[in-house]
Amino acid sequence: MTWETVIGLETHVELATKTKIFCSCTTQFGGEPNTHCCPVCTGMPGALPVLNEKVLEFAVKAGLALNCQITRRCRFDRKNYFYPDLPKAYQISQLYLPICRDGAVSLSTPAGEKHIRIHELHMEEDAGKLVHDPWLDQTRADYNRCGVPLIEIVTEPDFRTADEVVAYLEHLRSTLQYLGVSDCKMQEGSLRCDVNLSVRPAGSAQLGTRTEMKNLSSFKAITRAIAYEARRQIELLEEGKPVVQQTRRWDENKDATFAMRSKENAQDYRYFPDPDLPQLFLSEAYLERLRREQPELSPAKAARYRRDWDLPPYDVQMLTSQKALADFFEQTVALGAPPKQASNWIMGQVLGALSARGLDSRDMPLTPRTLARLIQLVQSGRLNRNTAVKVFDAVFDSDADVDAYVKEHGLEQVCDAELVEDAVAQVLADHPKSVADYRSGKEKAFGFLVGQVMRRLKGQASPPAVHAALHSRLDK
Amino acid sequence: MEWSAYTALELGTAIKEGALSPAQAVQAGLDAAGRHTHLNSFITLAGTRALERAQQLRPGGAGAESPLYGVPMGVKDNICTKGIKTTCASMILGDFAPPYDAAAVERLNQAGAVCLGKLNMDEFAMGSTTETSYYGPVRNPWDPGRVPGGSSGGAAAAVAAGEIWYAIGSDTGGSIRQPAAFCGVTGMKPTYGAVSRYGLIAYASSLDQVGPIARSAADCAAVLDVIAGRDRRDSTSLEYAGPLLPRLTGEVRGMRIGLPGQCFGDGLNKEVRAAVLAAAEILKSRGARVEEFSMPMLDYGVPAYYIIACAEASSNLARFDGVKYGWRAEGCQDLTELYTKTRTQGFGPEVKRRILLGTFVLSAGYYDAYYKKALQAKALIKSAFDLAFQTYDLLLTPVTPTTAPKLGETLSDPLQMYLSDVYTVPVNLAGLPGLSMPCGFDSRGLPIGAQLIGPLLGDLPVLNAAHAFQLETDYHRRMPKGGDAL
Repeated sequence: MTWETVIGLETHVELATKTKIFCSCTTQFGGEPNTHCCPVCTGMPGALPVLNEKVLEFAVKAGLALNCQITRRCRFDRKNYFYPDLPKAYQISQLYLPICRDGAVSLSTPAGEKHIRIHELHMEEDAGKLVHDPWLDQTRADYNRCGVPLIEIVTEPDFRTADEVVAYLEHLRSTLQYLGVSDCKMQEGSLRCDVNLSVRPAGSAQLGTRTEMKNLSSFKAITRAIAYEARRQIELLEEGKPVVQQTRRWDENKDATFAMRSKENAQDYRYFPDPDLPQLFLSEAYLERLRREQPELSPAKAARYRRDWDLPPYDVQMLTSQKALADFFEQTVALGAPPKQASNWIMGQVLGALSARGLDSRDMPLTPRTLARLIQLVQSGRLNRNTAVKVFDAVFDSDADVDAYVKEHGLEQVCDAELVEDAVAQVLADHPKSVADYRSGKEKAFGFLVGQVMRRLKGQASPPAVHAALHSRLDK
Repeated sequence: MEWSAYTALELGTAIKEGALSPAQAVQAGLDAAGRHTHLNSFITLAGTRALERAQQLRPGGAGAESPLYGVPMGVKDNICTKGIKTTCASMILGDFAPPYDAAAVERLNQAGAVCLGKLNMDEFAMGSTTETSYYGPVRNPWDPGRVPGGSSGGAAAAVAAGEIWYAIGSDTGGSIRQPAAFCGVTGMKPTYGAVSRYGLIAYASSLDQVGPIARSAADCAAVLDVIAGRDRRDSTSLEYAGPLLPRLTGEVRGMRIGLPGQCFGDGLNKEVRAAVLAAAEILKSRGARVEEFSMPMLDYGVPAYYIIACAEASSNLARFDGVKYGWRAEGCQDLTELYTKTRTQGFGPEVKRRILLGTFVLSAGYYDAYYKKALQAKALIKSAFDLAFQTYDLLLTPVTPTTAPKLGETLSDPLQMYLSDVYTVPVNLAGLPGLSMPCGFDSRGLPIGAQLIGPLLGDLPVLNAAHAFQLETDYHRRMPKGGDAL
């Protein structure tokens, strides 16, 4: 029998607000335990939550970008459960009236266009963190993360392959970064994804029993976990055993998922509307303002790059995949670099340098001004391309002044026609055999002569100038 | 006249005129408290701190423009006071000293209030007799064999006995008005949102409201003028059109007052009924128009109230788990045991009953049948009030079906206790202002209260009608024999 894998995603994204969702404590990552808290986020008796309006704004912006319906009257609900990292013993979330519903995104995958429906997007607060001290055999609670704002984005079970899942998450990450609502750093936990997966006989319209996988901390882990879990479920079914609806934990080291809890002992969260937070009424004017403020997102940017600058599809996709990279590119072009040149440099040297250093495009040390200047020096013939690459490598980390560096290291190309002429004359005199070879039709000899001239000029000559000078003498 | 027989405003004037100093006022309160320790009205008496505070107050100092400057008062023990234990009358918060002041306390401090201590109450404000307190029951100053009402029983008893000149309490289903009625003082639950709940330890957040208990309506207005108003730390707090005190004219001519028939039927003690109807006559004699009308929705108040209040309580009280503050059970082997033991031993039986009830009505499969239905009933009660206020400016009802019962009488029958909240809970469900004022005594000499209910933000007409009544009567000036004689 052939089996079809069916996947739905629940993605938690930490919003990039400066302060927490219900108090004015900082959201900064890290910090000494329990230093980013106050009576509100630690749930002291009598303390009350007050919504940070930036959170609402960010959630709506994300919802608009994911083509969602925005709930005009929305509110918060309490999700009740006991755990030491949750000081109020309830999480303020949204169940009954989430801020956004019924969205959709289109993805381009190697297999073609894929449509993914968004079930809902809601706002909620993060919980704290428990740190176990094995030496003292004590567990300590750190409430710094309590009240950090999150949005949870829930898709319909529309994925069939891990490639589609990764394409969706890349799209989501790019979109949220473009909006500036999250930095989406998986390694810091600001983008976390739970995978709901079931399998069914190909062609069946009915959904199989699903499991939910947690602790997926990279795209690679997600891809491997999907492969593992689909295989596990298929094997069970083929042996005539049932799949148990449960939550499973992905273990990166063991390359396998393990059961955490099953549906039978699932908690009853007793959701009910939070009486401390009044209903929110979103006006048309408010939504209109946010719609107007939406930045150009990657699909629109990509279309513009193709239309205005005729860049190849692969370049366009790479350049627009991350907002920081697209911004870098556009600024470089704005400083006068020809788009194609700028794109080539970014696709080659810039991405190479970033990946060699394990850096994200947001952490780029080089400024567009420096790259634009470098490109300009090549364009004007004052640096040849090979030297320029050396200069690039030298200034990438420090963003040093290109002109000063070139001058200091005597790298400027020899454009002085007289010097080139002299060198050419000398080389032709020194290598009569090659001259003869060339004149008798051996094209290879020309390359040799070019090389000799370049050598005389210590590699600093402009190749077109050398070519021209040689031709004018040899072709007489 | 003894200082303890003064109203808060009279004492404030005496302080302003130099007839006594704030420290002398504190001493008078402490002396009265010392004579009445059997009442058990305080959980924490902060005498030394109060005297130090009173000595710092100077004529013309910050807040001196307040008519209550230097007047000693008390705070119900579910309202946070920085550095002073705030126990909610529970073992589980026995050693909890909040790191901050509640918004209402903060505003009172800025107006030169002097807090004598923290007042006894039903545990977590759950009860109508102040017998569920972990720190022992409060006794009624009019008859120490009887309860003072609850949950703000300590507040009402302390004001009645002249230990303090006013108190701030909380009212979720009648917790200010009912003890005020049983103790012969004036208590007001303002419009929901009028006073910030920041720092009030929540029982049922959508119903809880902070308000004053004092001798007179004018005192209540003066306290509200200090504590009411929008606070950005409480999203449900409202802009408040004050000040109220200067606008208390006692003018009720042409005012239309409705008497809901449902509040005068079966189950109402005859003497209470007669006293409340007599109060209506007095308002009529000052020019108000009084008539009976029907409001059948009121019958759903008690069941809707107990479902909503317990549901919210089950969530609000979940944070008391022994992990972060308060009492923690010893010798636990794992987390579940820590939670179970701490909460089983730390909460009293009435609190546990309401947590269980609330947990049940929110559970999967019961939410729609109970909680959602209760919300619908709440909405219908609200519209019934809206409709009534199209015809009437105010409503007048009894506060309680009877006068104060004996200690131990109601505790054995919680359902009977819940049913006695029938006249007060609908006001909380609708978020309206409600005031309880002394309107007579029964044949045993126990105080009787009448309740005035106003439309949303109609706190001024409520207070004004009560003020008019108190201009004509002296029930609110009478002191219990157990207190200091007039």
